[in-house]
Amino acid sequence: MTATQKILARHAGLGNVRPGELITAYADLALGNDITAPVAIDEFYAAGFERVRDREKIAIVLDHFTPAKDIKAAQLCKKCRAFAAKQELTHFYEAGEAGIEHALLPEIGLVAPGELIIGADSHTCTYGAAGAFAAGFGSTDLAAAMAKGIVWLKTPSAIRVVFRGAPPRFVCGKDAALHIVAALGTDGALYKSLEFGGPGLRHLSMDDRFTIANMSVECGAKNGLFDVDDTTLAYLADRVKRPWQAETADGDAQYDATLDIDLSALRPLVALPFSPAKAVPAARAGDISIDQAVIGSCTNGRYGDMLAATEIFKGRKAAKGVRVIIIPATAAIYRKAMREGLLDIFLDAGCVISPPTCGPCLGGHMGVLAEGERCVATTNRNFVGRMGHPKSEVYLASPCVAAASAVAGRICDPAALMGG
Amino acid sequence: MPRAFVYGDNVDTDVIIPARYLALSAPAFLREHCMEDIDPQFSKKVREGDFVAAGVNFGCGSSREHAPLALKACGVRAVIAVSFARIFYRNAVNIGLTIAECPHDIRDGDELELLPEKGEIYNKTSGKVYRTAPFPPFIARVIDKGGLMCALK
Repeated sequence: MTATQKILARHAGLGNVRPGELITAYADLALGNDITAPVAIDEFYAAGFERVRDREKIAIVLDHFTPAKDIKAAQLCKKCRAFAAKQELTHFYEAGEAGIEHALLPEIGLVAPGELIIGADSHTCTYGAAGAFAAGFGSTDLAAAMAKGIVWLKTPSAIRVVFRGAPPRFVCGKDAALHIVAALGTDGALYKSLEFGGPGLRHLSMDDRFTIANMSVECGAKNGLFDVDDTTLAYLADRVKRPWQAETADGDAQYDATLDIDLSALRPLVALPFSPAKAVPAARAGDISIDQAVIGSCTNGRYGDMLAATEIFKGRKAAKGVRVIIIPATAAIYRKAMREGLLDIFLDAGCVISPPTCGPCLGGHMGVLAEGERCVATTNRNFVGRMGHPKSEVYLASPCVAAASAVAGRICDPAALMGG
Repeated sequence: MPRAFVYGDNVDTDVIIPARYLALSAPAFLREHCMEDIDPQFSKKVREGDFVAAGVNFGCGSSREHAPLALKACGVRAVIAVSFARIFYRNAVNIGLTIAECPHDIRDGDELELLPEKGEIYNKTSGKVYRTAPFPPFIARVIDKGGLMCALK
């Protein structure tokens, strides 16, 4: 079995599972946010349930339209808050305790190797970076998990992704992620797992791995699971105190395909509208002027992303007419960026710093685009209308490319700005 | 007669229902804005019992259940696609929106009839019949019960 299949089998109480097999499994944690949890809460009560099965295995994070962008958003938050209080949920986070859910949960130790985590948010697959099976589900799935603690699943087959070599300067985890989505296509891993490993893994930081696992869903994958190594163990050491059991693939595990990625051959990329799979080298993107740059999101709002962006911004200013929005994903990231002087660099460069929120990534608030505007963003999707007006455009890139482009006023390879 | 609204590959949930409308999940509200970024006339033209047909990876992107809810609120009888993104697929099953996965050559405006007991879609305009793979028993039971929460009760 693959590592994913072994995690699923254990949570389904089965010795063995086969690709395509439908199973019912116990979830170690079920997640919802201010958009998806309210729908689940309505479903939960409408079906006649009164108490959640296990108040410690549910997390609700208010992060999408928060701080509440309008009255409707405030009502959604209020519904979540009341539910969390009534059900005495252990893991309810808002305001200063919150942050972008997929940065927050690993940071506070709610994610461990071998665990099964479902989230009513497509980017729940992020937690695969820490060795967990984690996948996006819907609000009704969340309601069922709150009521019964279980989820139905189709056992996935897998694609093995093998990293080799070390990334050159200015190449980030995001470039590997965009490369993978371009190589597989937006449905190339549909219903499958991506299982990441290989000798190049030691050159990828946890923040890089979170970015790569996060974008697994953009090629249709159910989950993206990283091998657990010393980098993972060091990350977990101060965070996770409960016992956990990582799974590794059997020696005879079957994969549908293997994708080899030479990190040393990657270049800074940008995905053109309107598909995350349309990656081209930033150096060859053409003359594309931009109106806005966003550095943040569940894909690239972590400390390593902030640090990478400041390496470009230090001593430089954003081009006139380019609005730069920096969104540290959690309060802890925000505080560290403040203490290490990163926020000063951003402010000196003319950036605006937002509180943690998903905000502009999904066209919610804090940087919505007008007709005809272009934005380079470290987010995950560039679909029609994703960040605002249906005739606006989003270019997906790493923090390095986004920062360099903000300084240049147009899509730019960092090396062109900084020198090789 | 029930007819088909046809779209291409990779129809994502951001265009099925844009995030700017996610602060409400009332069916009548979602209906009004369904598909508006790629087909502003859809919600005005669609009639109870009509079909949506598309290519590969229908419903990719966000997990928002508001997407199948919006299509259901429009009275869509079934979504027919060559393939579905996995979260959309399970959300549709869980909320009782009928989906059919099969290769097809449905054209915009074709008159269709769903024959669920046979697992077939009849295209009255072209005379063709499209066969869908039967659902596994567990999923069939959820669909029969009218959705996951009903099946759990």
